[in-house]
Amino acid sequence: MSARGSIATARRVLRQLRRDPRTIALLLLVPVALITLLKFVFDGQPQTFQRIGAPLVGLFPFTTMFLITSITMLRERTTGTLERLMSMPIAKFDLLLGYGVAFALVASVQAALTASVAYAALDLETAGPAWGVIALAIANALLGMSLGLFVSAFARTEFQVIQFMPAFIFPQLLLCGLFVDRDLMAPALDAASYALPLTYAFDALERVTAGEAFGGALALDVAVVAGVIAVSLALGAMTLRRRTP
Amino acid sequence: MQREPESAAIEIRDLTVVRGGDEVLHGLTLQIAPGRITGLLGPSGCGKTTLMRAIVGVQVVAAGEVRVLGAEAGSAPLRRRVGYVTQAPSVYGDLTVRENLEYFSKVLAVPERRIDEVLEAVSLEARAGQIVESLSGGQRARVSLATALLNSPDLLILDEPTVGLDPVLREELWARFHELTERGTTLLVSSHVMDEASRCDALLLMREGEILRQGTPAELRRDTGEEDIGGAFLALVAAAESGEAPTGRGDDR
Repeated sequence: MSARGSIATARRVLRQLRRDPRTIALLLLVPVALITLLKFVFDGQPQTFQRIGAPLVGLFPFTTMFLITSITMLRERTTGTLERLMSMPIAKFDLLLGYGVAFALVASVQAALTASVAYAALDLETAGPAWGVIALAIANALLGMSLGLFVSAFARTEFQVIQFMPAFIFPQLLLCGLFVDRDLMAPALDAASYALPLTYAFDALERVTAGEAFGGALALDVAVVAGVIAVSLALGAMTLRRRTP
Repeated sequence: MQREPESAAIEIRDLTVVRGGDEVLHGLTLQIAPGRITGLLGPSGCGKTTLMRAIVGVQVVAAGEVRVLGAEAGSAPLRRRVGYVTQAPSVYGDLTVRENLEYFSKVLAVPERRIDEVLEAVSLEARAGQIVESLSGGQRARVSLATALLNSPDLLILDEPTVGLDPVLREELWARFHELTERGTTLLVSSHVMDEASRCDALLLMREGEILRQGTPAELRRDTGEEDIGGAFLALVAAAESGEAPTGRGDDR
C-alpha cells in the first residue's frame, strides 16, 4: 500500500470529472434545485421542511455517489483500463482509496453548497450545527460510493447499473424513516429497516439536526455506517480481480 | 536448436483455458525465446488473445503452468516487468494523451521524463495535449502502446498492435519493436495478417486453440515449400486435416 497510487488515482478521477462540466453542474445544482422545490412543496406545512430538510441535504451525496461510482467502475471494467491497472503494481486498496478521496471531495462541495442554500436562502433552522450535517453527508457519500462499487460488479451494462438505483436505493429511502416514522410502518418493515444501512445514516442525521451531542445512539449510528463502508469496500475490492475468466 | 528451458522468456506447459464453458486452449506447451520478436499468428478466434492474457496473468487458467521471466505469470514482481497492450486501446478517453501517461507513470512509479520518451517512441509528441477520444483509432492504439512502454518492460505483449495503422506508421512501429529487442526486450506480437510474419524473428502459428507450428519464418517457408507465410500456414492446416503430421516439432498437443 502506498499513497502514490491513491493520490494519482484521486487526481485522475477529478481530472476526468473536470472534463465533464455538465455532470459537475448537475451534481451541484440538482440537489440545490430539489431542496428548493421541497421547501415550496411543503409551503403549507413548513414544520415538515424543517424536519426533513437537513437530513435530505445529508442524503443527496449518498444517491449521487452511488450512481457515479457504479457507472465509473463499470466503465473501468468495460474499457479495459481496470484490467490494465490490475496488471500494474498498484494495490486494490490504493485504487479504491483514490476513488474515495476524489468522491469525498466532490461530496463535501455538494453538501456544503446545498446546506448553504438551505440554511441561508430557504430559512432552514436546526438545533444542531450545519457542519455536523455536512460531515455526515461526506460519510454518506462514502457509503454510497462503497455500495456502488460493490454492485457495479454485478452489472454488465450501464442500463443495468441505472436499475440498481430503484432496486437498492429506493427501498432504503422509503424505509429509513425519511417519509414516515419507522414506528408507524408495518412491524415487519420496521424490523427490516434495521438491516439497511441508510436507516442508520438517516438516524444520525436526525440526531445531529436535533442538536444531540456526539455519543451514545449517535455514535452507534456512525459506527454502523463506518462498518458498512468498510465491509462493502472489502467486498468491492474482492470484485476487482487480477484474473478474469 | 531447441532452447534450454532456463533461457526461455516464457515457458508454458499443458496450458488449458476454458471460457464460457468451452475449452479454448487445449493443453499448449511452448517456449518463447528472450530478446526476440515472436509473432503469434492465426485466424481470428483461434485463441491468440486468450494465450496472451494467460501469459500476462489476467486469464483464469483451468490447468497447466505458465512461467514468465522465471516467475509465475501474473505474480506481483512481474507487474513491473511485463507490459501488455490489449487489442482495444485501454486508456481513459476523457483525458488528454499526457494526462493518461502522467497517471500511469505515477502508478508504475517511473520518472516523468519517460512520458516524453514514450510519446516520441510512438510519434505522438504533437498530440500530447489532445483528448484521447478525439484521436483516430490508430492514434488511440499508440497511446495504449505508449502506456505499456512507460516502465521499459522486459517483456512486451502486443495484441494486434498494427491494426488500423497506415503503412508508413506500421513500418515505423516495426522498426521500434526491433530497437526494443536490441535492448534485450522480448516481444510477443499477435496478428492475423500473415504478411507481418516476415518481420518477426520467430513464429507461432495457432489454429483452433492449438499450436500448429513453431519456428523461424525461413524454416516455415522451407519446410512447406511455400513462398510466403500465408501459403505455409494453409499448407500446414491442410496437412493437419489430412491427418498427416506436419514435419518437425511444434505439433504440440
